[in-house]
Amino acid sequence: MTAPTATLSPVETRVIRCAEHTVEIVSDAGEGAQKCGQIFGAVSAKMGNGVWTVEIIPAEIQPPPRVPEGASGYRIRVGARPVTNWGDATNLAMAFNEQVLLARHRLGALAPDAVLLVENKWATHEDADIRAAWDAAMTELSGQQYRIIPVPMEAECLTLVDNPRKGANMFALGLLAWVYQRDMEKVKEQIGIAFRKKSSAVFDTNVSLLKLGYEWAEANIDFRIDVPPAAINEKLVVMNGNEALGLGAIASGMELCAMYPITPATSVSHLLSEVFERFGGIVHQAEDEIAAAGVAIGASYSGKVAFTVTSGPGLALKTEFLGYAVMTEIPLVLIDVQRGGPSTGLPTKVEQSDLFAALYASPGDAPHIVIAPATIEECFHVMITARRLAETFRTVVMVLSDANLATGVTPFPRPVPDAKWQAEPLDLAPVADGQKAYEWNPVTGLSRRVIPGRAGGMHTVTGLSHDEGSKVAYSSGVHQRATTMRSRKLAVLQSMLTPPPVHGDESGDLLIVGWGSTKGAIEEAVDAARSQGHSVSSVHLRFLSPLEPGLKEIFQKFRKVCTVEINYSDDLTDPFINEENRRRGQLSMLLRNATLVDVDCWTRVPGEPLRPGSIQEAIVARLPHGGAK
Amino acid sequence: MSSCGLLPVLDLDEDVPSYELNDYEGARARWCPGCGDHSVLTAVQRLLAAEQLKPEQTVFVSGIGCSSRFPHYLKTYGFHGIHGRALPVATGIRLHRPDLHVFVVMGDGDCTSIGAAHWLHALRYNPDMVVMMLDNAIYGLTKNQTSPTTPQGFKSNTQPKGSWLPSLNPLQVALGVTNASFVAQTAEWVPSHLYATLRAAHAHRGLSFVRILQRCPIFSSSVYQSAVQDPKKIGLLVHDDGVVVPDLEKVYTTQVAHDPRDIDAARRVADMTDRIHLGVFFRDPTRLRYEEVRRVVPRTPDERMRELDVELDKYAV
Repeated sequence: MTAPTATLSPVETRVIRCAEHTVEIVSDAGEGAQKCGQIFGAVSAKMGNGVWTVEIIPAEIQPPPRVPEGASGYRIRVGARPVTNWGDATNLAMAFNEQVLLARHRLGALAPDAVLLVENKWATHEDADIRAAWDAAMTELSGQQYRIIPVPMEAECLTLVDNPRKGANMFALGLLAWVYQRDMEKVKEQIGIAFRKKSSAVFDTNVSLLKLGYEWAEANIDFRIDVPPAAINEKLVVMNGNEALGLGAIASGMELCAMYPITPATSVSHLLSEVFERFGGIVHQAEDEIAAAGVAIGASYSGKVAFTVTSGPGLALKTEFLGYAVMTEIPLVLIDVQRGGPSTGLPTKVEQSDLFAALYASPGDAPHIVIAPATIEECFHVMITARRLAETFRTVVMVLSDANLATGVTPFPRPVPDAKWQAEPLDLAPVADGQKAYEWNPVTGLSRRVIPGRAGGMHTVTGLSHDEGSKVAYSSGVHQRATTMRSRKLAVLQSMLTPPPVHGDESGDLLIVGWGSTKGAIEEAVDAARSQGHSVSSVHLRFLSPLEPGLKEIFQKFRKVCTVEINYSDDLTDPFINEENRRRGQLSMLLRNATLVDVDCWTRVPGEPLRPGSIQEAIVARLPHGGAK
Repeated sequence: MSSCGLLPVLDLDEDVPSYELNDYEGARARWCPGCGDHSVLTAVQRLLAAEQLKPEQTVFVSGIGCSSRFPHYLKTYGFHGIHGRALPVATGIRLHRPDLHVFVVMGDGDCTSIGAAHWLHALRYNPDMVVMMLDNAIYGLTKNQTSPTTPQGFKSNTQPKGSWLPSLNPLQVALGVTNASFVAQTAEWVPSHLYATLRAAHAHRGLSFVRILQRCPIFSSSVYQSAVQDPKKIGLLVHDDGVVVPDLEKVYTTQVAHDPRDIDAARRVADMTDRIHLGVFFRDPTRLRYEEVRRVVPRTPDERMRELDVELDKYAV
């Protein structure tokens, strides 16, 4: 196969207006595709578009070049309205070599009619193996209706710089800026922000490359994409879910984050390590996951609620301490940014398989609160709620985020800081005569904390069974009562919650139930199915322990209820699988238990967020009569 | 971290009551008769009274095991935690509440086996606290299993033919950790030395690691028996900067002049197996203390919200 010609003859430019478009930039690791994508996403948000971006991350830091597994990049879904999820498939890809493009093709990430812009130097490379690889890739890609446009990235960049490896990403950015009609002043401003730690010479070179890409596109590309801005009048901020969790922790008034590095949770602590001290807080990097829990619990025990942040394998290690905190009623906030599992699993990829581990990991009866933010905005606010609940209910509050929220970036209404979000100052007044360590209200199980420094309140907290005075007590009556009191708190919390709102009609053929980061994709799928005339609604849960109230009543108004989750379930059509032995999605099992409703599930573990289009197909398939009207 | 804004409380010391020994007494100790832990408890109560530490400003943190019941028997704040994890908890307390006096009590299994990683790292963090490792060379509460400090050949329920390997020397380990600042050894059957060592440990600023040789009358009574009966098997480390117990030097006539500032000499003495050495092996009060390194300026809620506004602006669209 011969290489496509490098330069298109300039033709009349066609402007394609669309409600949304998904673009991705993909390269070998270290070539700067992510930086290019971040700037493009930020500029799009600043221009008023709805935006959702996701990172395309290889598992290794420096995988070998030109291999499909090494694909690294950034995918941006740009919309005329707010965008709540990563969408279905990429409409336009800009690739630095054909192998990473192949990876995206094989993953099914590219729309069948996608436009693929690809560096074409490989087609005529001096290495025959590379030329052969190029040809093979082009043959494989030709099976689709892709439009492939070769781009002489390196050849163009060499007219300006000696090492195009350090700048092709800015050329690509300029190209995309032309195609998507981005405001070049805003692009330059964002380059300035992205490279603020570099010299002005770096900025100047980058801007020159940007212009080069822009001009090349103007002369050679025959179409432009027009995604009009959304009419958003409020102030927005744009960040990823881990940044939102970190800033939310600050907003909540917590002062100590104890952690141990683990993907994809660690970046919460990166943000905090930079700024937390200005807020009177510190990040303690402990010697291991267990110690991180221990330091947080020690700090919480002696004062303000502290928190720890981890992912699945770290959660497994912390469970003994979690049971201890529940037993001794020491407040603690624990963030689990879920990834694929079990074991090391898929460290950089999304999954919702930790729900049961979050609920039940600790041996013994250890009731505690589990909340899952559904959006990046909620990642911020959930921390304020979590801190407050931990304090009020004297227990562990687990926050279940995931890799999709952690690395997704989207704009949301700017929080307006409120000093009331923060904890009250510590009460160090002497305790009243005879006040005990756990004066359980016999109805609610709630009690006030007595922390060190309070005269007259001395006692020893213990993981052993204990009475109100924290005295070790092995008698069955005391253990029964204390266990009841610790459990009662969850029911009390549930009584304070409101039933979740139903998205769509409050009755119908099918109700989809989701939790966590899938909200945007589920609601988009439900809306699409509804616009086709299907009778489907959805409910999204934030509280998993206790569950939000009123679920049974909501479920009973639908002919069928089905969860959509990113975890594993058996398919009834698989060998050996039947209604009795079928392993179901974790939320589905939880809901069946709580409501006695025959809740079905549709779950997948693809190592990527669910696509609204796939969910829509599943919805239709689960409708009575296969959705036939 | 002084960010709780607690430090002003320290100045409110007008009507300081005077505390007697029994002001520190908690629940009645339920260790076996003859257990060395009783002796340590007495020495600690003497120390608390001598230093007039406020019970409400004092926290004892322990793990799991016989000796970890310690906090229950004191009338201070106590944290009877989980097996091996006392040190991270104590570190968390010191980070958040540097106004509190923190003591840690662990057994040999707790400290040198299941909690070994925390032991090394706590020594390096060097927070200001007294860490007592009550070493009876056996797992007692779980009924007679070999611990890392069990002497080679000593029979237990898990190694009935005798401990397979030479015992771990906790002093060598502690003296090998970067930034460790205080390492001492004492024995519960020498109460005056025990008390003097604990006072020196408390006076030291930084993590004071004290290995306390402690007899278990049920499972490992023979381990220290010869040293208990024969004072010649004990060598006292003597130095003006160490533990000075004048009367004791009449009983324990083997004395080793040892300057606790000399880490190389300390390691040499720790390596010696001819006799048990009691005293301060090493002390360096100039070593970095983690909670001081990490100290930050406390902020009011309003200050924080103003700063948060600045931070959010960085993400503004």
